[in-house]
Amino acid sequence: MRPLITALGLVAAWEALVWATGVPLYILPPPSRVALVMIERFDLLIVHAAWTAAEMLLGLALGLLLGCAIAIVFVASAGWRRWALPLVIASQAIPVIAIAPLLVLWLGFGMASKVAMAALVIFFPVASTFYDGLRRTEAGWLDLACTMNATPRSVLLRIRLPAALPAFASGARVAAAIAPIGAVIGEWVGASAGLGYLMTQQLARGQTPLAFASLFLLCLLGLALYHVTDFATRRLVPWQLPQGD
Amino acid sequence: MVAERLTLAFSAGRTTCLLGRSGVGKTSLLRWLAGLLPGTQPIGRIAYMAQQDLLLPWLSVLDNVLLGYRLREDARALRGAEPRARKLLGDVGLGERLGDLPAALSGGMRQRAALARTLCENRPIVLMDEPFAHLDAVTRLELQDLSARLLVGRTAVLVTHDPLEALRVGHEVRVLSGPPLDAGPVLAPPGMPPRDPADPVLFALQAQLIAELRGSAPP
Repeated sequence: MRPLITALGLVAAWEALVWATGVPLYILPPPSRVALVMIERFDLLIVHAAWTAAEMLLGLALGLLLGCAIAIVFVASAGWRRWALPLVIASQAIPVIAIAPLLVLWLGFGMASKVAMAALVIFFPVASTFYDGLRRTEAGWLDLACTMNATPRSVLLRIRLPAALPAFASGARVAAAIAPIGAVIGEWVGASAGLGYLMTQQLARGQTPLAFASLFLLCLLGLALYHVTDFATRRLVPWQLPQGD
Repeated sequence: MVAERLTLAFSAGRTTCLLGRSGVGKTSLLRWLAGLLPGTQPIGRIAYMAQQDLLLPWLSVLDNVLLGYRLREDARALRGAEPRARKLLGDVGLGERLGDLPAALSGGMRQRAALARTLCENRPIVLMDEPFAHLDAVTRLELQDLSARLLVGRTAVLVTHDPLEALRVGHEVRVLSGPPLDAGPVLAPPGMPPRDPADPVLFALQAQLIAELRGSAPP
């Protein structure tokens, strides 16, 4: 209830500000106008929103997969970790916006370059939290497994992996929160569809209300993605649910 | 190095309690026997029970008791062990809680589940490291009774800092001193475990053990 009241208050203040100052429409449209545009151009907006949503979801899936694979390889093999870790860190040292034009050049204006971009920003927090989780297994459990003559494979699959799921869940939540960054940067650099693409197009033409409507939808998409991921990852670790939840 | 030139013999089929103050190296000794110290081999086919219950929070009580069979990835042995796991859980009073997650159990119940898991391994040697140290007094007495009954016929080594516990559960009691770690002579209290905590003989022996522990104080 509280966030809703805060949001309504902000929207009212924004509307009042626009009317009081008489800012031109192409600089700052009032929320009432943005809402109107959203209804009028719903068919256009929904097509681009679906495109961006697909990029975000595919990027998230690919990033999670890549992050998990890297974490598991690093835990299973110290050799691989020594060789590949500097590469992984270097990939994060380059700002993603700097590689964006290259990815568009290589993978084209379509969805692939945006998915790659999203996956690139997503895999790192997943890999690093999951790797930490896999390494910090309760020593007593490993001792117990040792006295039970467990195979190394079953220690990884039946103890280390499930024990690291809470860490993976927090990594996945961070990933969901930053997934829109990758997708939208890609659209800004070069695209033929998507909310980011729509925004740049409309801003260039002075159609600021439509750009604001795109921004609003982008915000909704990001929130939805985060909350769905949050819900799903909580179900992944039912033994970690707070009592009485 | 835990000890120099220490030789310990344990009577087969009986429970030996190793009693010692904190810091003498009890846990290291037990880990050495279990083959958990680097470069060591276990003294035989052992089952190990630690101070913490070490139940996996994502597995049901029954699956936790069968953990060893899962970790060895032997499906046939796993199927064969399930009836025994159920029976053991019944013996420790958890017959109704097979499907519960460990988080739903009290501390005493969790340690009983850990006891069932240790016994379900069906190994000739059982090593226990202060298994009841975290429990309240009454629960501890109950678990001592339960363990003593269920350990019949196995060679068990139980490490503890509690003289009364050693006297109640052990066929034989030895006082550890150190460092360097050393073991005193074998004391065999009369009667069979689990011994009655109200038995005056135990009180006399307890006083004797405490005196011995005082003498073996680490600096």
